[in-house]
Amino acid sequence: MRQMRLLTACLAGTAAMLAATVSFAQEIRDANLTPYAVKDYAIEKSLTGKPGDPAKGRQIATTSGQGNCVICHKMPIPEVAFRIGNVGPDLTEVGGRLTAAEIRMRIVNPKLLNEETIMPAYYRVTGLNRVDKKAQGKPMLSAEQVEDLVAYLSTLK
Amino acid sequence: MPRLRSPLLTAAAALAVLGSLAACDGDKSKSAAMADSGDPLAQYRANPKYKAFMAGEKMSGYVFASPETQAMQDDDFENPGMLAVQDGEEEWSKVEGAAGKSCASCHQDAAKSMKGVAVSYPKFEPKRGKLANIEHRINLCRTEHMKAPELKWESKPLLGLTAYVEHQSRGLPISVKVDGPAAPFFEEGKKFYYTRRGQMDIACAQCHEQNPGMNIGVENLSQGQSNGYPTYRLKWQSFGSLHRRFEGCNQEVRAEPYPRGSDEYTNLELYVAWRGNGLKSEAPSVRR
Repeated sequence: MRQMRLLTACLAGTAAMLAATVSFAQEIRDANLTPYAVKDYAIEKSLTGKPGDPAKGRQIATTSGQGNCVICHKMPIPEVAFRIGNVGPDLTEVGGRLTAAEIRMRIVNPKLLNEETIMPAYYRVTGLNRVDKKAQGKPMLSAEQVEDLVAYLSTLK
Repeated sequence: MPRLRSPLLTAAAALAVLGSLAACDGDKSKSAAMADSGDPLAQYRANPKYKAFMAGEKMSGYVFASPETQAMQDDDFENPGMLAVQDGEEEWSKVEGAAGKSCASCHQDAAKSMKGVAVSYPKFEPKRGKLANIEHRINLCRTEHMKAPELKWESKPLLGLTAYVEHQSRGLPISVKVDGPAAPFFEEGKKFYYTRRGQMDIACAQCHEQNPGMNIGVENLSQGQSNGYPTYRLKWQSFGSLHRRFEGCNQEVRAEPYPRGSDEYTNLELYVAWRGNGLKSEAPSVRR
């Protein structure tokens, strides 16, 4: 049953994709965050205009209150192996599977690709519901932190 | 939503593509995780020990707890929740208020009068014009019949009395009604359950309906069943209400919580109880 529904959804998706033949870029502006352009489910340009620091990105990936990617994703970081979750896809080789631009969009707002996903948008402040007062108006990660993560994840091949 | 600067038509086409990719991609990520561990609930289903803690596909939080936590709940002498039940037993016959009554003055032996009561709560309460859960019902009795002030939410006497009343139904199946006058409140609770909230933008259903058995860090996600509440929670190092637990979940996704005892949480309590209809009450349970 589930597979039938999935097949139907995928077929519908293919039809829609054929209909939308033009590849276009959308500029997204979200309050006071750095604007970014999305094209082909990717954000080509660095949010800071500079490459990130992969060593910092590795730290962000394991730190609670920052990226804490490991809470849901398998990653090759042995010191946190005991607290790695499995709700999201395995990121062990994500840098071989996705370009930096594709990784960037999935961190900034994965809902642009999959609106049902449980994964939070890490660089977004509007369109949210009942955000805790302490977190209002703040993205989960700064532009710099997003770039550090993009740099780190791109090394995972 | 962030403001999109593209023409409406293109945006609509994009949405169609995104939506369909979502369905495919979402399932792919799920099956990737499944390939790791198979069906994460299969191990529980296969364990005969858990038969008593299941009703069809519904699984009590007990099933997802560690063996140490389970052992603590299993033994009434080890279970710290039993201390709350004892508190409640003392409160039960304490005379308070202008009417000079205790709970026992009207309800006598709770083991008889309260058996099977708690598993039908929350229910529509005409005097409130909305739902009442056990805590509300106790406070209604106090103000109406005992002429005593309401007990404070999460206070020792209210937690104790709630635990004591709930405990009289231990082993009986949860059986809340969601039709009739309860229906609109049930619908509100359901809406809450499926509404994303907080900086993390996550709804109850996304963890407890779509991902039970999967791991968020060291936590094994449960189905979020309420049949063990009130509970002794190890994280709290204390006994607490279901609404306190709701508040914790809301805070974890960085959402502004509602007050304990609020209509929002009481409606949600009915929806969550209904999800668990058929599971046996474990009050007082022990949870991580």
